[in-house]
Amino acid sequence: MFRLIKDTLGSQCVTLWRVFMHAFAKTDTVEYPDVQPQMAARWRGRIILSRDPDGEERCVACNLCAVACPVDCIALQKAEDEEGRWYPEFFRINFSRCIMCGFCEEACPTNAIQLTPDFEMAEYVRQDMVWEKEDLLINGTGKYHDYNFYRIAGKKIAGKDKGEARNEEAPVNVRSLLP
Amino acid sequence: MAKISVDGIEYDVNPENNLLQECLSQGLDLPYFCWHPCMGSVGACRQCAVKQYRNEEDKKGTIVMACMTPASDGSIISINDQQATDFRSHVIESLMISHPHDCPVCEEGGECHLQDMTQMSGHNYRRYDFKKVTHRNQNLGPFIGHEMNRCIACYRCVRFYNDYAGGEDLAALGSHHHVYFGRHEEGVLENEFSGNLAEVCPTGVFTDKTFSAHYTRKWDLQTAPSICAGCGVGCNTAPGERYGTLRRVVNRYHHDINGYFICDRGRFGYDANSSKQRVGKALYRHGQEAEFKPLSSLEAKRQFAAMTGGDVIGIGSPRATLESNIALRDRVGVENFYAGFSDAQFDCLQEVLKSLREPGLYCPDVRQIERSDCVLVVNEDITNTSARLALAIRQAGRNAATDLANEARIPLWQDAAVRELAQNTRSPLIIVSPQGSRLDDVASATHLLQLDNQIHLLQAVAHAIDPDALKPTASNEVDEALSSSIAAQLCQAKNPCLVSGISAESPALVKACVNVAKALRAYRKHNSAEQNPVALCFAMPEANSLGMALLLETGGKPLRAALQRLASGSADAAIVMENDLSLRTSQTALAEAMAGGVPLIVMDQLHNRFNEQAQLLLPSSSVFEQHGTWINYEGRAQSSYQVFRPSEDILASYERLSALDPMQECGVSSELIMQEFARANDAFSALTQLRPPRVGISASLKSPRQSHRFSGRTAMHAQDHVHESQQEQDRASALAFSMEGVMLQKDSSLMASPWSPAWNSNQSISKFQQEINGELQQGSKGELLCVRQSTETAYDAISAKRDEKLTCFIISQLFGSDEISANAPAIQARSLGPYACIGQELALACGIRQHGLVDITTQTGRVQLPVIIRRQIAPNCIGIYPANEVDKYALLLGEITLQAVPDEDSHIASSRAMFDHLLIKDALAREA
Amino acid sequence: MSFEVGSALSIGAILFTVIIVAAMLIWVERRLLGLWQERLGPNRVGPFGLLQVVADMIKIFTKEDWVPPFADKFSFILAPPIIMVVILLSFSVIPFAPGVGVIDSDIGVLFVLAMASLGAYSVMLGGLSSNNKYALLGSLRAAAQMVSYEVFMGISLLGVVALAGSFNLREIVLSQSDGWFIIPQFVGFVIFLIAGIAESHRLPFDIPEAEQEIVAGYHTEYSGMKFGMFFVGEYLGVVLVSSLMVVLFFGGWLGPAFLPPIVWFVLKASFFIAFFVLLRAAIPRPRYDQLMNYGWLFLLPLSLLNLVLTGAYILWQEGL
Repeated sequence: MFRLIKDTLGSQCVTLWRVFMHAFAKTDTVEYPDVQPQMAARWRGRIILSRDPDGEERCVACNLCAVACPVDCIALQKAEDEEGRWYPEFFRINFSRCIMCGFCEEACPTNAIQLTPDFEMAEYVRQDMVWEKEDLLINGTGKYHDYNFYRIAGKKIAGKDKGEARNEEAPVNVRSLLP
Repeated sequence: MAKISVDGIEYDVNPENNLLQECLSQGLDLPYFCWHPCMGSVGACRQCAVKQYRNEEDKKGTIVMACMTPASDGSIISINDQQATDFRSHVIESLMISHPHDCPVCEEGGECHLQDMTQMSGHNYRRYDFKKVTHRNQNLGPFIGHEMNRCIACYRCVRFYNDYAGGEDLAALGSHHHVYFGRHEEGVLENEFSGNLAEVCPTGVFTDKTFSAHYTRKWDLQTAPSICAGCGVGCNTAPGERYGTLRRVVNRYHHDINGYFICDRGRFGYDANSSKQRVGKALYRHGQEAEFKPLSSLEAKRQFAAMTGGDVIGIGSPRATLESNIALRDRVGVENFYAGFSDAQFDCLQEVLKSLREPGLYCPDVRQIERSDCVLVVNEDITNTSARLALAIRQAGRNAATDLANEARIPLWQDAAVRELAQNTRSPLIIVSPQGSRLDDVASATHLLQLDNQIHLLQAVAHAIDPDALKPTASNEVDEALSSSIAAQLCQAKNPCLVSGISAESPALVKACVNVAKALRAYRKHNSAEQNPVALCFAMPEANSLGMALLLETGGKPLRAALQRLASGSADAAIVMENDLSLRTSQTALAEAMAGGVPLIVMDQLHNRFNEQAQLLLPSSSVFEQHGTWINYEGRAQSSYQVFRPSEDILASYERLSALDPMQECGVSSELIMQEFARANDAFSALTQLRPPRVGISASLKSPRQSHRFSGRTAMHAQDHVHESQQEQDRASALAFSMEGVMLQKDSSLMASPWSPAWNSNQSISKFQQEINGELQQGSKGELLCVRQSTETAYDAISAKRDEKLTCFIISQLFGSDEISANAPAIQARSLGPYACIGQELALACGIRQHGLVDITTQTGRVQLPVIIRRQIAPNCIGIYPANEVDKYALLLGEITLQAVPDEDSHIASSRAMFDHLLIKDALAREA
Repeated sequence: MSFEVGSALSIGAILFTVIIVAAMLIWVERRLLGLWQERLGPNRVGPFGLLQVVADMIKIFTKEDWVPPFADKFSFILAPPIIMVVILLSFSVIPFAPGVGVIDSDIGVLFVLAMASLGAYSVMLGGLSSNNKYALLGSLRAAAQMVSYEVFMGISLLGVVALAGSFNLREIVLSQSDGWFIIPQFVGFVIFLIAGIAESHRLPFDIPEAEQEIVAGYHTEYSGMKFGMFFVGEYLGVVLVSSLMVVLFFGGWLGPAFLPPIVWFVLKASFFIAFFVLLRAAIPRPRYDQLMNYGWLFLLPLSLLNLVLTGAYILWQEGL
């Protein structure tokens, strides 16, 4: 009987008391347009495309963000420069469809696509919510500073020959019979 | 049937196969790399390890490679055994040691067998701390990309390229972990089937270069089942589209025809679809104006209706769909409908159709050709006209090895052992041809003869087999020895097969081949234990040559009648549908016809010399942009489905022709045209079975053209209009332009892109076969339209005579002879301009130097061509490759005179550069 | 015109005040929830967001008042006014202060209980007439819940009635001048509080409209002012239950003389209204079966025990 009262009324009273005490805590929210809120760095807001530490586009147009997107709002096309580097010919995000879920960032193997704390993206014209690569690409590494996909992947690009990626031996000489 | 037990469950299996194949046949997931359903086992990759137990009491078991172990009755194995699972995960880990971490920039990513198998084996983290082995890549030409770092050394590429397709310029080089798969030096991969490397390679070492140029992941492609329109074999293909352009073509499994492989023309010729030569808008020329003026789609429809009001003649096309030809005939009337191929082809095809109805013979499909143990190829350069048949003929040579292996009780899937046993033992392949061909390396004999002498020889062979056959006049001893040896080989064979074609445009040749087949039929009836019918097939130059011929049987006249009417001006307009008439008749005949002044309406996909003369030029859909029916060399009707909608200016010819009112949105659907035609004509009644029934499930729930992972739907067209429009509706087929619908696999004839959980690569097709390498589970394989009659006909009389005067023969090239694919940039990079081939003796006699120019004159034409001197040319023969430029009909008539054009070094240099692309093994060295 | 019990002025003032208070509760509740959830709540319309109520009113009055074609029109329209009317009628017996009240009834407690029973019809009719599966489920739950909890509500009050010796609410207040009934009747108070929440189907006992499970329960199909009536009816219920608790257990208007009696009443009632909001902020909804089990297996014996003990105490006091 005592257990029952303790479990039912007792714990409810404690809860009521604790919630009541929140009346004396500082509010978490701010009066937004007058006061700018402090956004966490990992806030999932406006999507950007970043560059690698060498200043090249990080996006390799692998399409994984597009396929991970639950609302199918990313469309892109792969292109390749003469030296073999892949990059997106166009990269389009329809923000009027985007739900800021961040799956694209999780899917991205090169840390190219990232969500930023900027959330002020309202537009009067819906067409203006379609962003192209020129709108998305920033001149920086974003949240991840050091990663450079092509320094690890074994594909040859301008400035990095075969065997020059991390943990690679120089290309083998096929004609050699040495062990 | 044998019983095996896998992880405690009993299965009925075929004891002639290995465990891996049978496990996969039962739908079990067992990883593998080096094994391929078409190429057997070599046990190289060690990935398919399973635990095998001696008997019920044996609890310990031993690890064996499933692909190297027969599925013998009573086998007890375990796939999920911990030790076997660990073994497989360690194998994949070591295979992945040097894998370059580049899946995001790999064309194979998303349809990679290595990715699938790595997942299946449970490897996900590289523990090996030492450095990765790297390799330099080679430029392998316009078709195939090379990224050697990704290699896991399964040896599938060389086993396909060398052992299966007969290529000689790809090899496993180097040793131990430096092993390298490539050419001895950079250069174009020569084999006609090199494109299959992209599908055979389990990872991204060999990839489709043309696809990479406009790359799209497999899951983003909109695909539909299609038929290759490159030649008359009718290979099944799966083209893929994205953002409104065609991205690639891959093989689509068809048990009887192409199996797992298609030729490079079919694979890389698709780019013509978006080439610069494409007719994109309707063009109209008023009266005698020189310039075309573009018309809107509605204006075009109105203009077309206005011009076709009166007495109109229609010229069909063997490269258009059956529906388009039917619609054209319905529009202009049977009396005004004419054949779209040359008159000689018309006559040839009549003979071919007769042979297709002849009892006691059969037209082998590709699989059946592979099973034949003696092949006679007559005149046709089959590698360059119907390449997939050549690959089958190459496999037919292995039947001798099969017999040996059966004798030695070696299972046939023991690929290396069977090859080792057979060495160079091959079933006989006899080639009778005016020139050497790419099959010479597997031929038991190649007889170089000009056309008349070939016919003569065939008559002699027929007579040698069956004395009732007419004896050719003027036979000499050499002929008799030759013919009797050929006859003996054909008579000994269990499944002899005759392969010829109509590219020589000689009805006499067709008759002569049929006579040999009839002689064999008679011989086997009396003398042989083998009572099965005799295989005889004729390669068709175009995808619907036979379809057009069948259609003409129900009404229509040959082309010469049309040209006469045009010349006399007795028509108000002429519709030429998807046909370049300059390739069908001589220039003089065509010019005479054009002089009649009949207004010309041409519908075509690509600009060419002929349709520049049109008054109204209307853009037509390609095979990828319309539904259609195609009839291949066997008389097998197959359906191709629209992969994507082209722009509104481009219409399928049947849509344009069946729409009588220009304001009509679109014409009658292909399905309706076909169904009505099939009901009206008994000979075509099988066509009603061709497409999945449109009642019940397929009527209400359509099959999707897009994969369930199709991405970007709300962003693809957002740059133009952020509000998404309705999905396009396809009212004419059981497919939808959507990712929603019933599983594709409900009807495998509607399945373009196979996928199964954990199997993203093309290997997933094994999940949809009745057994591995067997037929697909459901769906139509196409309908054979030619019915064998019950009464045998007698031998055809041929006036065969030996001939020693100089004659011309026409050379075909896989890359370039087909009008449409010749415009694909990748094919263009491999094709060359017109040239002539002559033998050494003739060259000496005329004083022609290698790669010099020769002047060829006949009564009706004259042309200057660069020359290549070859060893393998029949005496008194000159081969001409017209490259769709030279007027071949002018050169085939009358006496030929040759004259060497004085050499200029610039000529030689330029033609030399051209001939560098030409892969002719028997060409003489330059100095000769 | 005099201001006394039953005068037109008194009736008008009470009607007006009660409805305004109920309406203002929309704003009060949102602000208080904000306070306890460490945020601000509506503060943009007017000073402290006070005019939010006006904005909401304008909105709710101008919304399309839609009757679904599949609904039973008569009872669909009838349902929302019932709850408004019965709760407003209940206020007629509440003694707010000396001289402030509508009637001075000798059966005040019974009248309130009777009206509360009628309230169940509103919810049931609304749910049934909507012809919607969620609404039906909601109304079934509401009926079961309200009918059950009326029992304990009534029994829990009997202790108070016994101590006061009257059903007249005004006399109950006056009999507390020596001490509020909360002290002898603490158990009765707790049961009444719980049953009161369940009767007004406020959180945590808003099972009839549990959004996460059955959309909006019995008022799923309602919109515009019909929905508004349900909404205001709920707030009226909150005010009513708060007033009853003040009257029955906390001495009504009684209090030290430095404040007028009506102010004491308002202060006490406000405290309970705020407590209702705090309950909403703090306590999650129980499962439906838990609610019913709790009522019949725990509250019913407890309230009966309370009644028996109270009766025994009274008899003992009177020395038998």
